[in-house]
Amino acid sequence: MTAIAGARAAREGSDASGPDGPGDAGGPGGRGRRTTRAGGPPSAVVRGRWTPYLFILPAFLVYGAFSLYPLIRAAQFSLYEWSGFGASTFVGLDNYIDLASDPDFRAAIVNALVLIFFYAVLPLIVGLVLAAILRRGQVRGMGFFRTVIFLPQVIALVVVAVAWRHIYAPSGPLNQALRSLGLDSLARGWLGDPGAALPAVGFIGTWLQMGLVMLLLLAGMSRIPDEQFEAARLDGAGPFQEFFAITLPSVRGEIVVALVLTIIAALKTFDLVYMTTSGGPGNATTVPSYEVYDRAFQLREVGSGSAVAIVLTALVFAINLVVTRIGERES
Amino acid sequence: MRVSKAETTMNYVVLALFALFALLPILTILTTAVSPKIGADPGIHLGNFVEAWEIGGFGESLLNSLIVAAIVVSCALVLSVLAGYAFGTMTFRGSTVLFYLFLLGLMIPAEATVIPLFFDLRSLGLTDTYLAIALPQIAQSVAFGTFWLRAQFRSMPESLLEAAALDGAGPVKALTRVLVPASIPALTTLTVLVFMWTWNEFLIALVMTPSGQRRTAPLGLSNFQGQYTSEIALLSAGAVIVALPMVILFLFLQRHFIRGMLEGANKS
Repeated sequence: MTAIAGARAAREGSDASGPDGPGDAGGPGGRGRRTTRAGGPPSAVVRGRWTPYLFILPAFLVYGAFSLYPLIRAAQFSLYEWSGFGASTFVGLDNYIDLASDPDFRAAIVNALVLIFFYAVLPLIVGLVLAAILRRGQVRGMGFFRTVIFLPQVIALVVVAVAWRHIYAPSGPLNQALRSLGLDSLARGWLGDPGAALPAVGFIGTWLQMGLVMLLLLAGMSRIPDEQFEAARLDGAGPFQEFFAITLPSVRGEIVVALVLTIIAALKTFDLVYMTTSGGPGNATTVPSYEVYDRAFQLREVGSGSAVAIVLTALVFAINLVVTRIGERES
Repeated sequence: MRVSKAETTMNYVVLALFALFALLPILTILTTAVSPKIGADPGIHLGNFVEAWEIGGFGESLLNSLIVAAIVVSCALVLSVLAGYAFGTMTFRGSTVLFYLFLLGLMIPAEATVIPLFFDLRSLGLTDTYLAIALPQIAQSVAFGTFWLRAQFRSMPESLLEAAALDGAGPVKALTRVLVPASIPALTTLTVLVFMWTWNEFLIALVMTPSGQRRTAPLGLSNFQGQYTSEIALLSAGAVIVALPMVILFLFLQRHFIRGMLEGANKS
């Protein structure tokens, strides 16, 4: 799924505990009805008891068959050794045990951690600065800046990869610029250099994510009443005091959401890695999602690929869970 | 709110720098797309687009993308409206548990499901079909759409449905005549988001089309890169062709799009 879905999921999780949860109390739209009508018809226009289930059924069938069921199947696959054709052998947890000592898998996890810095931490810092500027300074052309800085988010990652491969190429624009500045020693084939490839891929992530983070934080900041800023300024607060005293504390929830979205994006950055480096040189830029594909569809180790897929899913669930907990504690 | 002149200037400098940073790769690919091929005369070469279009088979892959997106968007929208309607306006046993089951779908990564989907659909003879690319994406989008429309329908006043009931409307009529017309902005936003996700999807499209038939636009570009790595002008032209529909859509609907995202983040 994508960024926005996750954002909403995380917020939903941190907000209410379902249709009957405390989050509904006092909300708009007469939410009290749910308790008063218990035992009555499902809604004003519905008589039949089974009608709600009929409305849900089509969605549930498709979702169950093409999302939930495959997830269970993946867990099952991960217990077998199978090449994708012919017979399979049940191996229990061996695929998972093998992962623990697998250098490629370890590299994927370590690389993902490095990418988190580029995909989540850097964009958070940039996003905070940009959103604070847009919120505080009466900037003309706010719509323009917002649109332009968000634009990378709507471009297919395949296209992004083509653009950045060109920028990073040995004779590409980046190296040309470095040479024209007399920094010839820095010039290199960025994606082919074992030391530079991972930061180079990560930097694309920073470029991608800063707009999304900025937009999320801007949404949070726009809820701060103007009077709070006015009052702080009357008290003689400068931009930095104002930022740390008012702006930052009030967007803690948005920061958490932005972090979960970008961390998950870093963990499953398949398209970019596939198109720019294929995990190389060596395993310098491989990530869990690339390992899933590589093992199952190129190395024909379907069980091992499934095991990585299950580990990746567990990671994503765990991150969501931690964030939901933090969100609950705050509210 | 008043801001000093010096600070305003600083603000513009910072914003302009990051706007430039966001735009530079895009401008680079645009200028490269019209630059001369290896050995060609200098100047602007719009012919690159024509050549890339023909060699890369982008007519076919864009059409495939459009067909897949049409299937995913229409199915996801209808199914989500129905499910979101039940979750958003009706009381029934197990609604919380069922809703959480849908929420789970927002967290299931495509990487986790794509392996069994490929092998199971292969044994059904469904790989290399539009359905094989579309169905997994409908499932993902339905999880999000149900969630999104539940919030939308819940925010509508109860009196709307009560008035519809007084007029003798049943559940379907109340949905199609009252709730859906009142939810056009939310439905438009959902349509745009699902269309974008489907258009840009790579992993599912890659795995589900092993023979290269029914290749969507991102796959077409990936394949093109494999063949024309050295001819960067043509490759860039292909990249522009694949990105352009989405960028145009975004620029036209961006107010709607961004407003939808802000509302989405604020709603809860």
